[in-house]
Amino acid sequence: MGLLSKKDTKLITDPLADNNPITIQVLGICSALAITAELKASIVMSISVMFVLGLGNVVISLMRNIIPSKIRIIVQLTVVAALVIIVDQVLKAFAYELSKTLSVFVGLIITNCIIMGRFEAFALANGPWKSFLDGIGNSLGYGVILIIVGFFRELLGSGTLLGFPVLGDPIAKTGLYAIGYENNGFMLLSPMALIVVGIIIWVQRTRNKALVEDH
Amino acid sequence: MGLKENLHNFKVKNKGKKWLPAFSAIHTFLFLPNEVTHNGTHIKAADDLKRTMNTVIMAMVPCLIFGMFNAGYQHHLAFDGIQAVSGGFFSAEFWTLDNFLVGFWKILPLVIVSYGVGLGIEFIFAIIKGHEVEEGYLVTGMLVPLIVPIDIPLWMLAVAVVFGVVIGKEVFGGTGMNILNPALTIRAFLFFAYPTWMSGDKVWVEGAVARDRAIAAGENLDAVSGETILGSLAQGKEVAHSVADMFFGFIPGSIGETSTLLIILGGLFLIFAKIGSWRIMLSSVLGALAVGLIFNQVVDAGVITETSKFYGLMSTPFWHHLLIGGFAFGTVFMATDPVTAAQTNKGKWYYGFFVGFISILIRVFNPAYPEGVMLAILLMNVFAPTIDHYVVQGNVKKRKKRLKVKTA
Repeated sequence: MGLLSKKDTKLITDPLADNNPITIQVLGICSALAITAELKASIVMSISVMFVLGLGNVVISLMRNIIPSKIRIIVQLTVVAALVIIVDQVLKAFAYELSKTLSVFVGLIITNCIIMGRFEAFALANGPWKSFLDGIGNSLGYGVILIIVGFFRELLGSGTLLGFPVLGDPIAKTGLYAIGYENNGFMLLSPMALIVVGIIIWVQRTRNKALVEDH
Repeated sequence: MGLKENLHNFKVKNKGKKWLPAFSAIHTFLFLPNEVTHNGTHIKAADDLKRTMNTVIMAMVPCLIFGMFNAGYQHHLAFDGIQAVSGGFFSAEFWTLDNFLVGFWKILPLVIVSYGVGLGIEFIFAIIKGHEVEEGYLVTGMLVPLIVPIDIPLWMLAVAVVFGVVIGKEVFGGTGMNILNPALTIRAFLFFAYPTWMSGDKVWVEGAVARDRAIAAGENLDAVSGETILGSLAQGKEVAHSVADMFFGFIPGSIGETSTLLIILGGLFLIFAKIGSWRIMLSSVLGALAVGLIFNQVVDAGVITETSKFYGLMSTPFWHHLLIGGFAFGTVFMATDPVTAAQTNKGKWYYGFFVGFISILIRVFNPAYPEGVMLAILLMNVFAPTIDHYVVQGNVKKRKKRLKVKTA
């Protein structure tokens, strides 16, 4: 037995695929559409959400027995808001350019349905260690999709990855551009993110028929 | 035993094989539609899906052939400084073999890529799903080359066709299930993905983009301008084409969309064959005229003056809007797509009216999107089911009321 028991491992691995917050629960779509035009922004967003959700889950779990159920939403919001402000300040201090790219979407982590969803569905009913794992697992599942979408959008839309030109120089016409390739401007628009997410959902449900909902 | 029977027996013998849908696709293309009733036919009609599609294609052929001549004509007009057409629609300067061949060799690859890629995807999906190939791509495959600029690189077209057919149609369940018109989905994809190839004043004349690049590379050549009428109007410049040119189609534009005359002929043919809806065509024209008239009035009233950036397009005589850009082509061949248009007769009036109305609205207020008609039709495609829903509900309500009156 390693560090985690079988049940605990499941808490992390489940949201990665068969219970993915974005592709299966269809939560947190807005940020997935808005900030995935660049891979870097996707990665930073994923880490931010991981921080907020991991810690937030622990805090809520610790307080779960003293929060009056009537005002629990307010309490949860306060916790998220506090954590998001920390993230926002850190980003502004150490990665100013990036925080400008992410702009309002860091603040909007507060309203990310995944976070409130996990608080409600998990942290309020489980201990801190389990809640922490659940938070990390779900934010990993969120991050995986963000990074996949960001990868394709940046590669096909700008011809770069993490800002490095991997397909050649579009202005000097080197690499792929020498033979007439051009960047796909549509990839940089939000609708294309929705379509990429849709394709991921399609592939995932084709591989695992159990995920297909009945009508 | 004839060939037909042999093929049928072959099909029965190989039932369940993976590649069979591909075979039967070719089989049905040559001989039979999908399913034939074996006993007790109730209604006998000859117009199945395939024949419907073929009729639409026939209506488009004149536009295609004209497009080939026009492509060559625009090319020579811009590059070689030949005389502009003067003697009406049948001028000898226009209908030359040389003009035709220039266009033919440019357009043929577009047609081949459009059909090759599109039908390839249909075959793949038919084999995966294990059902027969439907003829749904026949019309789309012909529409696509007609609505793109002539110089579009072939690989871009291929990528767009893959996108349009898979995302626009197959994910919804194939022919007849799509929400958006696949041909317009393909064009919209191109428009947003590769805007430099889809709009501006260079892309409409064969060879103009290449010439531009040569000049940029330092060669000493004359620049070629292929300004579109919409472009000139939006910038408040003098339009270089007469109204007759616009009507006959001796203007730069997408391959099949320039000749309003031939589009009208195609439209009349579709109406005559009872395939295109005259309600949609008429109401769309009315919608466009209405908004054009409103703009004319606004200009007359002096609300918009020459300093406004909308002045050029707003002051255009309202009926000119029908002749320029892709409006006529979109109205006749794309808005009337029976799958994505409204289904109810009353709904068709609303649907068409808004297609025309929104087309001109986008055209005037957003010169960055000169092809308002594409966006307008796609938008109304999305709303068509809603329109139908309210028309049907309205009818239900009316009948219920009548029932109450009677029983009371």
